[in-house]
Amino acid sequence: MPLNLYDQQKRNIANTRVFIAGFVMLLAVLGLGADGVLYAGGASPGLPIATLGALCLGGFSAWWSLHGGDQAVLESAHARPLDPSDPRERALDNVVEEMAIAGGLPKPAVFVIPDSDPNAFATGSGPERSSIAVTRGLLERLSREELQGVVSHEMSHVRNYDVRLMTVVAALAGAILLLSDWGRRGLAFGGGGRRRDSDRGGGGVAVLFAAVWIVAVVLSPIIAQIVSLAVSRQREYLADATGAELTRNPLALASALEKIAAAVEPTPSIKQGIAHLCIEDPRGRVIEQKRGLIADLFATHPPIEDRIAKLREMAYQVTAGR
Amino acid sequence: MAIGGCLLVLVVGAICAAMWGIWRYNNLISLRNQVANGWRQIDVQLKRRHDLIPNLVSAVRGEMQFEQDTLEKVIQARNSAVAARGVADAADKEGALSQTLGRLFALAENYPNLKANENVRSLMEEVSSTENRIGFARQFYNDIATRYNTAQQVFPDSFIAQTFKFQPVELFELKDDAERAVPKVDLNIRPTP
Repeated sequence: MPLNLYDQQKRNIANTRVFIAGFVMLLAVLGLGADGVLYAGGASPGLPIATLGALCLGGFSAWWSLHGGDQAVLESAHARPLDPSDPRERALDNVVEEMAIAGGLPKPAVFVIPDSDPNAFATGSGPERSSIAVTRGLLERLSREELQGVVSHEMSHVRNYDVRLMTVVAALAGAILLLSDWGRRGLAFGGGGRRRDSDRGGGGVAVLFAAVWIVAVVLSPIIAQIVSLAVSRQREYLADATGAELTRNPLALASALEKIAAAVEPTPSIKQGIAHLCIEDPRGRVIEQKRGLIADLFATHPPIEDRIAKLREMAYQVTAGR
Repeated sequence: MAIGGCLLVLVVGAICAAMWGIWRYNNLISLRNQVANGWRQIDVQLKRRHDLIPNLVSAVRGEMQFEQDTLEKVIQARNSAVAARGVADAADKEGALSQTLGRLFALAENYPNLKANENVRSLMEEVSSTENRIGFARQFYNDIATRYNTAQQVFPDSFIAQTFKFQPVELFELKDDAERAVPKVDLNIRPTP
């Protein structure tokens, strides 16, 4: 089992590079297209300003997200440091410490979100810099053992470098969204003048190039969104499994998930932008519980019954193996 | 010319072999240090338990007047665990201490006043968390020790391990069924209905 997990982590780090390369390429396409349109009219080709600008924007937002993004996420969720005089919050602190020991990791910073809906998330840039935040509602509804299950799931996101991957992916997706927005505005604003340019002698290549670019501008935010959601979903099963490996008690997490699923109200403190970080979608949307292609593409999490079923299966295997 | 080529191949081969050896050797060293660190983590948590128990016992003593016998046993087990010498002896004594503690926690269930007491509740949370930490520290030690032992045995790393006399380490095992049956203590936090 440990070897397996070790390989899994390595693969995760390698995957991070592939995803980032893909997103950088998407950024470059957006920038190149803008350069192509700018220079197609016969203006003297100087530096590809738009391409460089797009790559810098992506690089900067990724860098910023790794060096301060966790603070921004915590602030946007109204997370506060825990209060050691409250018994439940002290128990949470102890549970996090226990799970850090089980994973052989430094203890993450612990935060509490004053919200009555049960939910939790982890953020940071890796085991050396990570935070775990849970809502007050979670603390009040779960038993200590179930809380341990949830914390083990979040600790697994830290241990498997999911927090880093999701932070960078979210930042790059944001940059792509911003650029394509600018691109669309540019098209609407300068569309007429540019058409005249290409009529005059820009040639078929420029027109084709512009067409490809327009398609890229329109599609890239959707692609970025679908890719980052797919990454998030794929990580959830792994975090459930590695979490169960930390506690050796998959049933506790399963029953915690049942309680979280039963509380259907949305978590208003948690903004849409960090839904993919949470243990369960905070928007309380119906889409998470549906199946089918569209639901699968746009959900941040796999259907919760599937996750519970898999955890129960694990518990069965553990007891049968004894 | 041919001799020069052969020499070149030999030299390059030797350098590659040496680099591979260094890499695998360093891997074993890193695992050995992680194992040592895992072991120390267990000790840290055991120390924490030894420090907490006298506080817990004196906090519940007033309320649990009819359980003096159990309280005495806890204190005795704690003192002999502190005095234990050697790994095997310590493991025995700590196991006995876990058992008496489990009994104390089970009995405490019968005293609702105890759970209403802020100080006792917080001490019980600390002690039960420490029990969990000891368990998880042992679990982590076993995981990392297994990886270390496997790394010494797999081919061809076994050559490096034998040459530099790496020794497999012992895993932590529970001695008897009674110890296995120690209930996980969970007293403080109940979900609000």
